[in-house]
Amino acid sequence: MLLEVRDLEAGYGEVTVLRGLSMTVASGEIVAVLGANGVGKSTLNNTLSALIRPTGGQILFDGTDITAARPAQVVSAGLIQVPEGRRVFPDLSVRENLLLGSYRRGRARRDANVERICTVFPRLRERFGQAAGTLSGGEQQMLAIGRGLMAEPRLLILDEPSLGLSPLLVEEMFALIGAINAEGLSILLVEQNVAQTLEIAHRAYVLEQGRFVMAGPSAELADDPGLRRSYLGL
Amino acid sequence: MTASLLVPALVNGLTTGAIYALVALGLTLIYGVLHIINFAHGSLLMVALYGVYFLNTGLGIDPYLALPIAVPAFFILGYFLQRGVIEHTAHGRDQNILLVTLGLSIILDNLALYFWRSDTRTIDVPYGFDVIDIGVALIPVPRAVAFGAALGIAALLWFLIGRTDLGRAIRAVARERQGARLMGIDVEHIYGLCFGIGTATLAAAACLLLPSFYVTPQVGHAFVLVAFTTVVLGGMGSFTGALVGGLILGLVESAGGLILGESLGQIGIFIIFILVLLFRPTGLFGGKPA
Repeated sequence: MLLEVRDLEAGYGEVTVLRGLSMTVASGEIVAVLGANGVGKSTLNNTLSALIRPTGGQILFDGTDITAARPAQVVSAGLIQVPEGRRVFPDLSVRENLLLGSYRRGRARRDANVERICTVFPRLRERFGQAAGTLSGGEQQMLAIGRGLMAEPRLLILDEPSLGLSPLLVEEMFALIGAINAEGLSILLVEQNVAQTLEIAHRAYVLEQGRFVMAGPSAELADDPGLRRSYLGL
Repeated sequence: MTASLLVPALVNGLTTGAIYALVALGLTLIYGVLHIINFAHGSLLMVALYGVYFLNTGLGIDPYLALPIAVPAFFILGYFLQRGVIEHTAHGRDQNILLVTLGLSIILDNLALYFWRSDTRTIDVPYGFDVIDIGVALIPVPRAVAFGAALGIAALLWFLIGRTDLGRAIRAVARERQGARLMGIDVEHIYGLCFGIGTATLAAAACLLLPSFYVTPQVGHAFVLVAFTTVVLGGMGSFTGALVGGLILGLVESAGGLILGESLGQIGIFIIFILVLLFRPTGLFGGKPA
């Protein structure tokens, strides 16, 4: 198993947000975590990326316990997060943002990876020397994903990649995530956009108030009457 | 006004300005990345000057040859000041950092006063009174060296920040800490490095200053006041701004001294400071607010 989370608990100070989450991601899978605002999706991501120290449970990445690792160690191991809100480096050029993606990992093939990512996202090549802060929201999202790919991830966490994009771009973004996965990259996709996420994910977990309330193959979840009522408005 | 008065004043202003720029570069680097107003900057310069002074009087090491000793030593000192003291006392709050660096400055100044008294000390170097004749003016050798070296160090810093991986990481951390962490950049380490580099520029400034300057426990204040003005004039956190601002202030001080008399030379600096705050509060090269 590439990622295995056991009874994970985490929060901020006295406030517990994650109340015992267990999940797995196998190699080559797209696994989705679905949930509304404020149920703990970003807390889960940031705990996996070691920005938040868990108060209980265990995180295993490719069999290694990374529960107490530092963020840089998690990155070195190949668990890379593309955060919500993109968090690109606004003053740095597109090129420099990409280069920093391989700050800790993937440095040997840096130039080849820049080339590859610019082929996947031709817009980034057009904006190569421009400051990232001047890009549109969609372009920044592409840059954030491209920067993440520069680290040659073994597991890529995408936190709400469709947030703030136009419907057309959302379509494009999901197609792209499917394409990256088809090349063999494992993806943990954390989303509110339930319908489109279930179309590309192999399996999904539904997060409510810090607990997984449903889990299973995407096709099964898409047919679940409860989920259809609460999340798809059907 | 004749060229024989004006040219030496210009040369004098530029060489003083280069040192101002160097001190301001350290200050602006620390401010730009850590968002710390480092009140200990002047006191650390004073400590560096004493260090170079004692290396010379005690061990007979020439101030210029002391560069490779003082610069790494102060880099390490700065790194551990940040990682060992400021990081642990600040608790992530800017006003705490302000107080910590202010306290540090008071402690350093008074320790210096206690151990070394308030005597003004200078050193004798064989080239102390040598001059270079450029036709219209005579440039003292120590000032020419200081000018060239300060610009060289500024260029080196510019290359480090602008063209290397470490520099990119530093600029990334300055504006987007969370994003930097997620790329595996050790933010606290980068903070330490920046404080270290900022402190190391003071050691370099001290080595370049001492052959033509003096040291007292209060010597830092004059410099840090000008350095703050430089940083505000150039734009907080801007490298080009610190460099250009330093040179401008050097020239203004020198011209002010020429017109108003030596003791009033610095008035021009503060007039400029007030004008900039009135008409261009972000400074000459200041960016949009973060």
